[in-house]
Amino acid sequence: MTDAKLVDRYSITNRFPSASQKADVVVIGAGPSGVAAAIAAAKGGASVLLIDENPVSSSLMGLDTPLYFGGRMTRAVDNKARMIEQIFASDPLLEAAFEAGVEVALGVYAWGAFQNGPGIAAMPEAAVGLADEECSWMVAYKQLILATGSRDLSLSFQGWDQPGVMGANGLHALMHRYDAFAGNEVLILGSGDLALNTAIMVVEAGLKVAALIEVRDQVQGDAALAAKVRGHGIEILNGHVIVSASGGADGVERATVVPVAGGDSRTFTCDTLCQAIGLVPAIELFNVLGGKLSVRTDLGGHVPQRTGLVSTGLANVLVAGDCAGLSTVDAAAHGEAAAALALAAIAGQPLADEAPAAATSLDAHAYHADWMAALMKVGDDSIVVCQCEEVTRGDLTAVRQPRYLGPPSEVAAKRDIKTLAADGPLNQDQFKRLTRACMGQCQARRCREQVALILAQSSGVPVAKVPLAGYRAPIRPLPMSVLAAHDEPYDMTANWDVWFGIASQWVPYNDIGTEREAMHLEMLTDSQHI
Amino acid sequence: MSTQKGATVIVVGGGVSGLSAAWWLARSGVDVLVLDKGIVGWEASGRNGGGASHFQSPLFAEEQRLWPMMDEMLGYSTEYQRGKLVLATTEGQLKHYRYMAETFCENGSPAHEIDLQEIRERVPMSGDNILGGVHLTIAGQANPQRTVQAYAWALQDLGGRIQQHTPVLRLVHERGKVTGVETKDGILGCDSVVVAAGPQSATLLAGVGINLPIASARAEMIVTEPAPMMAIGAVDGNGLYGRQTKRGNLAYGGGPHEWLDVGPMGPSVRPGSPLVRNLTKRLLGLFSKAGNLRVIRSWAGVIENTPDGRPVIDRIDNVTLITMSSVGFGLSPASGHAVRDLVMDGKCSFADLELLKLSRFDGLSPNWRAEKGWLSHAEPV
Repeated sequence: MTDAKLVDRYSITNRFPSASQKADVVVIGAGPSGVAAAIAAAKGGASVLLIDENPVSSSLMGLDTPLYFGGRMTRAVDNKARMIEQIFASDPLLEAAFEAGVEVALGVYAWGAFQNGPGIAAMPEAAVGLADEECSWMVAYKQLILATGSRDLSLSFQGWDQPGVMGANGLHALMHRYDAFAGNEVLILGSGDLALNTAIMVVEAGLKVAALIEVRDQVQGDAALAAKVRGHGIEILNGHVIVSASGGADGVERATVVPVAGGDSRTFTCDTLCQAIGLVPAIELFNVLGGKLSVRTDLGGHVPQRTGLVSTGLANVLVAGDCAGLSTVDAAAHGEAAAALALAAIAGQPLADEAPAAATSLDAHAYHADWMAALMKVGDDSIVVCQCEEVTRGDLTAVRQPRYLGPPSEVAAKRDIKTLAADGPLNQDQFKRLTRACMGQCQARRCREQVALILAQSSGVPVAKVPLAGYRAPIRPLPMSVLAAHDEPYDMTANWDVWFGIASQWVPYNDIGTEREAMHLEMLTDSQHI
Repeated sequence: MSTQKGATVIVVGGGVSGLSAAWWLARSGVDVLVLDKGIVGWEASGRNGGGASHFQSPLFAEEQRLWPMMDEMLGYSTEYQRGKLVLATTEGQLKHYRYMAETFCENGSPAHEIDLQEIRERVPMSGDNILGGVHLTIAGQANPQRTVQAYAWALQDLGGRIQQHTPVLRLVHERGKVTGVETKDGILGCDSVVVAAGPQSATLLAGVGINLPIASARAEMIVTEPAPMMAIGAVDGNGLYGRQTKRGNLAYGGGPHEWLDVGPMGPSVRPGSPLVRNLTKRLLGLFSKAGNLRVIRSWAGVIENTPDGRPVIDRIDNVTLITMSSVGFGLSPASGHAVRDLVMDGKCSFADLELLKLSRFDGLSPNWRAEKGWLSHAEPV
């Protein structure tokens, strides 16, 4: 079917050029899994490109992208070249990767990944879309290893939309990778291992932990870790929830918590509020690729459906580390397993993948839901959920039209989450369309999970039943000047039509079948009609 | 035969054409039921550029008459705004846009060329690369996602019913007439049926001996974060269609499509591609002073086309069929009216639709897709 005569010249067939760069193995994410995968693949003889977006530009950090930085970075992050050196120095394994022959690219965003499959045959080869601060380009791969890690679950309360409210991953990155954390005294939400380790990290850095706040009646994490935290004189308040954070121009100065069951509130002085309630596997690229997902609440929520330890149903795509699902599997070993499979596939002798990692005892959704329920109990409908689009909890449950449209009409005011649920199972994308929650420039990093939790809670369905609002390229907000294809080939330019290139479509009805039709057809061919 | 509760008229497909038709029928007091395979407006109807400027259509005058009244008639916001500017960055585009403006005028819609000074004032984000443009004063734009939901809710407010997540498996045909539709829950009876099922219409109609020649393709769009508001938001050109939304985002599409084979249940995936880079390049050409504005999302929709790209709006016995051939959103206020007229009166009351009859494709080669190069190279969706 590739006979030139038979290919619609306005179609996408044969229009994309070959990628400007190629590698046998492209690894996305230079965390422990990704670095281990890259080193193992390079040692196995493959050409390897290891991409990590850190350090991201300070303007993206301000959008809490990719991590929940909460505006608590020092001005040091403004100097990207300096930050690249800092990140390289922060992880000796990056040096090892470099020495093993891996091409290491820091400060490079992976904004998309594309390969042929259902609904697309346009790709000349499987490729990832990359960008730095100047331009975007495509890199072809034989095998793609996604080691994109996880991001922070963020939940809303009064005052969460100010500098100083951040996530545990964001804090870890600012302290360890960037060495650019601007806070001094941290109140931590959560008491799982994530929260306990965060507390230890903060204290060992010589900073202060105000307390840990746990919504459930017991500490959730490892007992020995909890003992270590308490050994530092840090209080863990079980059965408590945050009511509000308040402060001034520089953000948080204090936070107030209350017992979930009711009782006296307590106020802590702090400049940082670290949400360490949970992590969300970073599945954006996998989703963009069309990979099948499953809801595994024991692995953190929506995760790639795996056919082995690192294999997915998607040809040539392997997953390693937290993006495959939060588990206790050793991150480096996970990356090395992916590298072994990638090398074998490239050699044309595919290996059988081991059984999937054992499920954990975690029930992420239940824990997240407990937090959300408590936050909804102590906070009212006026609390903003989607910061970019200023959508409140009340707007969500009322399915209220955005404020720029003015007050809803009388009939529109009668519509709400219940009437929508009566029409069929709730879908998060529907709420996006109608309320604009999750439509903003942070690409829903701050509100995606909590919108699903609120929908679930308000309509009485398990959060696992709320369909995922899908991810689309570019999965990082990129300036037009950067994303634009400055390298567009002539064939794409010459055969570009604004719509399908069907000239007869635009002939005015009254001229169809008249002598004027030929004139229109001539003028409307090769053109940019509306 | 035992039938569950059907309706006088069943509309198959809750896209913008089906919903508008059902709403018009309900306005006339008809007992109407819309069946959709998923959620209303989930396919092309909720994924398009929101343009309402299709001068070539016999429905255009009625469309333009209705749009300014739609919010009030429906009771819900559509975000309709009037006016459209089309800007050129090449001489070829400029020549073409001038021709288009002339054609607009010939068809009774005011349009005129605008000078660079006016362009600079109206489109502050545009740069020195703009060579000229035209102003279409009565074309416009609306928000597709809000509009489809508005039709659906307005239909319900009039007593019409919508059953989502209910794909129609086949039309039930007895003694030359459609008597109902089969769903997973059984057969729903009806006196007449409207088939407005997009890419899936062909399969359904084939089951009752009607050959609707359509081919489907994927098209892509991008959207930016909100930009400073322009007085006329529908500014496009430079090979793109699109609009600034009322929120300020720039939502634009255009360029090559990918022909697909779509299964009887509709598209299961709508992949994107690196075309986002080429769309961005053109958007930057249109608004060259907005290079720092971020692209935050893209999406794709699957749209059907007839061989000549013109709609089919026709009634055959008690089956009324409508495909707008990839240009349905903007015309929807009028297309629903036309379908209502065909179902109830057998004839459109406000426009001549003779040339949009299905019979124009009698004698079409069975290999027409291959002959046009419209075959899919991809795995089916």
